[in-house]
Amino acid sequence: MGDPMKIRAKLDGDVLDVRVLMAHPMETGQRKDGAGNLVPLHFIQTMTAQLNGKPVLEAETSQAISRNPVFGFKLKGAKTGDKRTDEVTVPTG
Amino acid sequence: MTEPSRRTALKRTGALAAAAMAAGLLRPTEAFADWNKSAFESKTVADALRNLKVASPADSKDIVIRAPDIAENGAVVPIEIQSNIPGTRSIAVLIEKNPFPYAASFDFAQGAALPFVALRVKMGETSNVRVVVATADGKFHAAAKEVKVTIGGCGG
Repeated sequence: MGDPMKIRAKLDGDVLDVRVLMAHPMETGQRKDGAGNLVPLHFIQTMTAQLNGKPVLEAETSQAISRNPVFGFKLKGAKTGDKRTDEVTVPTG
Repeated sequence: MTEPSRRTALKRTGALAAAAMAAGLLRPTEAFADWNKSAFESKTVADALRNLKVASPADSKDIVIRAPDIAENGAVVPIEIQSNIPGTRSIAVLIEKNPFPYAASFDFAQGAALPFVALRVKMGETSNVRVVVATADGKFHAAAKEVKVTIGGCGG
């Protein structure tokens, strides 16, 4: 998928403001393509955010999340220079 | 006699396999075990809450939902949720009139993530956005905000 996510983080005092943009169609299974066929369900189901290797936020999501999802969250205990890792699981179907 | 020794050997491997299973080493790989399928496939808020094992949430003014009063485009409705309830463990978001109301839930690591989340959801029609907060003491708190939708975000 190349580079599916863009992440921005801003440190405000001791609170890290994180925004994640994921490129994903988030198909609801209710939309029809040009030929009138239903586009099958296809959406992000789970998301985990880690800070310095420790999971800090876990999410489960449905097809009701908008296309190209944007999530924002706030983390504590982050310092400038910290590394972050993240992971998106994109199942089919 | 070779037979008994073979038998014990078989028994041993059997025991070994059972021990490995018990230790979780040979657990059948269950993809997305955390994903609450029954809740996501519920068609009413009541069913979804039941499948989320939410028991009698109390209305709370300490849950702040920031969402537009009128959303022009139901495909992208920005919502921000902040819980001011101490010990907030998770936040679940349900869109009452969507075909499948349960939209998402977020679990926060205590002390590491503030009970805040911003997301963008699809809304099929004007509906309440219902937020259920679970706290560390096992209690549930709820709040709702109505968002009017002029163009639906499902289908099309």
